[in-house]
Amino acid sequence: MGGYTGEELTAIFLMQGFSGLSLFCVFLLMALGLAIIFGQMGVINMAHGEFLTLGAYITYLVSYAASDVWPFLLDYYFPVAIVFAFLGTFILGYLVERYLIRFLYNRPLDTLLATWGLGLILQQIFRSTFGPREKSVVMPDWLMGSYQATDMVDIPLNGLLVVGITIVLTIAVFILLYRSRWGIKVRATTQNRVMANAAGINTERVDRLTFALGCGIAGVAGAAFTTIASTGPTTGSLYIVDTFLVVVFGGAASLLGTVASAFGIAQSQSILSFFLSGSMAKVITLMTVVIILMLRPQGLFASKVRR
Amino acid sequence: MTLAASVMLATGANAAPATDEVNTTGLAVTDDTVTVGILHSLTGTMAISETGSVQAEKLAIEQINAQGGVLGRQIKIIEEDGASDWPTFAEKSHKLLERDKVATVFGCWTSASRKAVLPVFEKDNGLLYYPTFYEGLEESHNVFYTGQEATQQILAGLNWAHEELGAKTFYLVGSDYIWPRTSMKIARKHIENVLHGKVVGEEYYPLGSTQFGSLINKIKLKKPDLVFGAVVGGSNVAWFKQLNAAGLTFQKQPMLTISVTEDEVLGIGGENVEGLYSSMKYFQSLDLPGNREFVAAFKEKYGEDAVIGDVTESAYLGPWLWKRAVEAAGSFDVDKVVAASPDMTWDSSPHGYLKIDPNHHLWMKTRIGKWNADGQADVVWESDVIEPNPFPEGYQ
Repeated sequence: MGGYTGEELTAIFLMQGFSGLSLFCVFLLMALGLAIIFGQMGVINMAHGEFLTLGAYITYLVSYAASDVWPFLLDYYFPVAIVFAFLGTFILGYLVERYLIRFLYNRPLDTLLATWGLGLILQQIFRSTFGPREKSVVMPDWLMGSYQATDMVDIPLNGLLVVGITIVLTIAVFILLYRSRWGIKVRATTQNRVMANAAGINTERVDRLTFALGCGIAGVAGAAFTTIASTGPTTGSLYIVDTFLVVVFGGAASLLGTVASAFGIAQSQSILSFFLSGSMAKVITLMTVVIILMLRPQGLFASKVRR
Repeated sequence: MTLAASVMLATGANAAPATDEVNTTGLAVTDDTVTVGILHSLTGTMAISETGSVQAEKLAIEQINAQGGVLGRQIKIIEEDGASDWPTFAEKSHKLLERDKVATVFGCWTSASRKAVLPVFEKDNGLLYYPTFYEGLEESHNVFYTGQEATQQILAGLNWAHEELGAKTFYLVGSDYIWPRTSMKIARKHIENVLHGKVVGEEYYPLGSTQFGSLINKIKLKKPDLVFGAVVGGSNVAWFKQLNAAGLTFQKQPMLTISVTEDEVLGIGGENVEGLYSSMKYFQSLDLPGNREFVAAFKEKYGEDAVIGDVTESAYLGPWLWKRAVEAAGSFDVDKVVAASPDMTWDSSPHGYLKIDPNHHLWMKTRIGKWNADGQADVVWESDVIEPNPFPEGYQ
């Protein structure tokens, strides 16, 4: 690397590492909810992006209330917004499962179409309610700017927040699925629905809560993204391709696979876009994923389910 | 007093010239109305940007009607939705010209939509007023371009940065489609051949991209004197938020854009663009008599919170330029309106003096605005009136 001092290179290495890390967190937040729904229930939720957008709009509403109505709350509104974003999307997810999805189990292609239509409807509702322009939240002061570790190294505070949210959420999901009674029910239902039913598990209820939880996580992701980007009616469709990429590449039904795949895609994209250009990085990452999927159609981590 | 004028005074109320005299080509003109088209994306991804244009065009038409219309005729509007889809634009322009026989059309925003309707306008000999600043490399008998072509925005902006900021090294950043790429090509030629500066990086990100971490790190490493940007749409918000969050304030890292207007700042948030420079012909804060009236009228119609960006103002010019040309020609016929247009001037347009060039673009000033936290810009520099040059020699 010609012309740069060792100090500069170290600083860039650190910041580049962080930029890859925060991209990884963005991918993971997007994919986590989708992976639960797809992996546990086999439902392809094309409206996942719109749930994310809904979470973002809820955050925008809370921030608007905080900045315009109760200005003294501006510093503290963000945790409240996350809770509201989760609850709002959780409830909508619950209703969607109750009145739409449950009639379409065992017909994955139909869920794809139905949720795609749902996504379009939600987009139009967003456009009618919030207008076609992009909305941006008012950020509290403590989220603005960066933590300056040295003269060269700046770590963005909003990036740190996204990393924090991702860690908490991922751990919570792991505990819920692998260390709780409810998690056992979910996994039992996934592995053998009939047997689980026979063993006294209310699988309909499990499905409903799983779907709602997946949507709730999308809502939290949406809330987190308001700190790094803006929200418009079609924001969700910007994310949905990457999200599916992560889930499919990781292997359905494997949370560990989702984490690994988000990490792999994020790091390669981040590093490549440093040495090449933004568009090139995207192309090369996509091509690599396609080649690997041709060799391993099940994704990185195929779950060992007896068929 | 001429004979015609005294006849008009004598007949009083019915002063308008006879329809068969002012309309020999079968346009939708009656004794008291003239129909025009507005063709923009009311739905789809471009609706965000085109809403302001539609508002400005309707305002101008309303004002013209209040003043008595064009050649004594009230303007009626047929509004069509291009739906952010270029074939739809072509189809709708076909409908407006052949079925509705509109006298003129105000519309289009992206170059792609303009390129899609161009053959239709040329075939049917229609008339289009196109409001967006764009990459140039086009000139048509049937189109008037009321925004800046590339050289008017770019060359003046770069010259200013070179002289006032002492910029010698440049980093070029844009969204990945034709307008930013053509603009950057012109910028690079100008930097290397005229300013004898150096381009230390040139990059394009896909439309809608929201991750700029690596790019920001590269900019930090290269430390260019100026970042020259043409990032558009939703990406803008992520780009500026992340720049700011990474500690690259515009005091530390000067940046000049050709894609940020009041409309974009509304979404990005004033606090994220404080100190950023934009190269435009128009800013809402311009302290000119024509602009004070325009801003007041716009806010009265669309609310106190409405903002006006460069393209919105260009759209506002369209109906007025058409009205003046029709009255100069004394006819609605497209060929006569086109023939009457060149060298027409308007001293008190919202952005000040302008003149229509025979190449159908406008002579106008370029201004550098520095953004404040409240979402408005201070004009820190303005050029002389610049001749439009859509086919710049040596820049292609």
